[in-house]
Amino acid sequence: MRYHWNFGTVFSQMDALLEGLVVGLVLAVVSLLIGMLIGLVLAFMSTSKSKALRIVAKWYVTVLRNTPLLVLIYIVYFGLPDIKISLGKEESFVFALAIYAGAYMTEVFRAGLEAIPKGLIEAGQAIGLKRLQIRLYIQLPIMFRNVLPSLGNYLISLFKDSSLASAITIAELTYIARKISTITFRVFEVWIVTAIMYVIACYLIAFILRRLERRFALP
Amino acid sequence: MADALLQIRGLGKWFGDHKIFDGVNLDVHEGEVVSIIGSSGSGKTTMLRCVNLLEEFQHGTITLDGKEIGYHMVGGKRKRLSEGAIADQRMHTGMVFQQFNLFPHMTAKENVALGLIKVKRIPKPEAHKEALEWLAKVGLGDRGESYVTQMSGGQQQRVAIARAVAMNPRFLLFDEPASALDPELVGEVLATIKQLASEGKTMMIVTHEMRFARDVSDKVVFMDDAKIADMGTPEHIFVNRNSVRLQNFLSGFNT
Repeated sequence: MRYHWNFGTVFSQMDALLEGLVVGLVLAVVSLLIGMLIGLVLAFMSTSKSKALRIVAKWYVTVLRNTPLLVLIYIVYFGLPDIKISLGKEESFVFALAIYAGAYMTEVFRAGLEAIPKGLIEAGQAIGLKRLQIRLYIQLPIMFRNVLPSLGNYLISLFKDSSLASAITIAELTYIARKISTITFRVFEVWIVTAIMYVIACYLIAFILRRLERRFALP
Repeated sequence: MADALLQIRGLGKWFGDHKIFDGVNLDVHEGEVVSIIGSSGSGKTTMLRCVNLLEEFQHGTITLDGKEIGYHMVGGKRKRLSEGAIADQRMHTGMVFQQFNLFPHMTAKENVALGLIKVKRIPKPEAHKEALEWLAKVGLGDRGESYVTQMSGGQQQRVAIARAVAMNPRFLLFDEPASALDPELVGEVLATIKQLASEGKTMMIVTHEMRFARDVSDKVVFMDDAKIADMGTPEHIFVNRNSVRLQNFLSGFNT
């Protein structure tokens, strides 16, 4: 059996593929930034003294982490309009990925907060800092440094999940690739090129995050 | 004699049914240096932490400058003050911890300046200048830009002392300040504390360094069996040794 490779037809569509990659990156970055905010708030809730707050955070994480992202996307995009909340495609996807990522970020940040020695918080209290000031100037910066390595892994994994946006016809890389494959019939080549583009993008993200990690590592 | 700066009356700390200490009465006057000695588990560190309101306590009162701290009465019931109010009261006390507890993401200068900037609201450039002056005072004037994790234990503890003193507190609390140090580094830290004592700073020191306690203290407190077992001048504690428990305890040290 011989397969006649023909990458030429795929490369002629490179512009469209790159555009799709950028769309996916933008969607992922926006979602993940919101997801990190959600995670930050919930991580402080899950380490707070209030039992009610801890329970809310715990259930948020449990529910969101155990729902497939695709199902979340369908609930937001196809379900919400039934209760008169209609979001556009992109907004729906960002919303779904943000709340999903938020659950993972909560766990990452919580672990980072719990790794901070209690004595550092007491030292902050001892000089008269208020609780919010201790969070801002002591817990947050140290937590951030603690979590950078695992944060990077999650960000890359969640970036790859942006391919699920194709399920609601958002023109990101996976969606464009499918379109090109049905037009050109060069199915194998299209998906190989697409995979390589994801690999390169993820590699670049990992590279940037490693630089950040080194830049902010505790001396 | 004027009223004591710090008055501890009937202080009791319990974990459920387990007594850490109870019935503790102690006066600390302005400019006085009070050392607290006793075996491990006698409650001396916990008592010190109560004074800085890092621990809740179940009985008694602590009064600073005639004003009760940490708790107040609401409708006949004793209640702990809000975290914010307690933070304001902590401004008046400085604390130095056994494990230094310096902020690892900051330089020595930033460690000292943080409270000046955020609590005392001193503008950053002035706070940094002031921080360097305090570091110079503990012999680290040239180490302001060093990250604390790159310093020796003795240097770290001196930064921690500078951080506490910089807030200009009414009194200083030292929780076994030399216990986590290598033997050759103990001297520099104790010398720094001695210097502060000679400048008239009011302080309470939990310590296992008996010779230091004897040298530096106006009053020595011996805690044993969950209470203050004996208290008095260094001579009273170290020379008279009025109880068998105190004799046994001190016999383990070179005083």
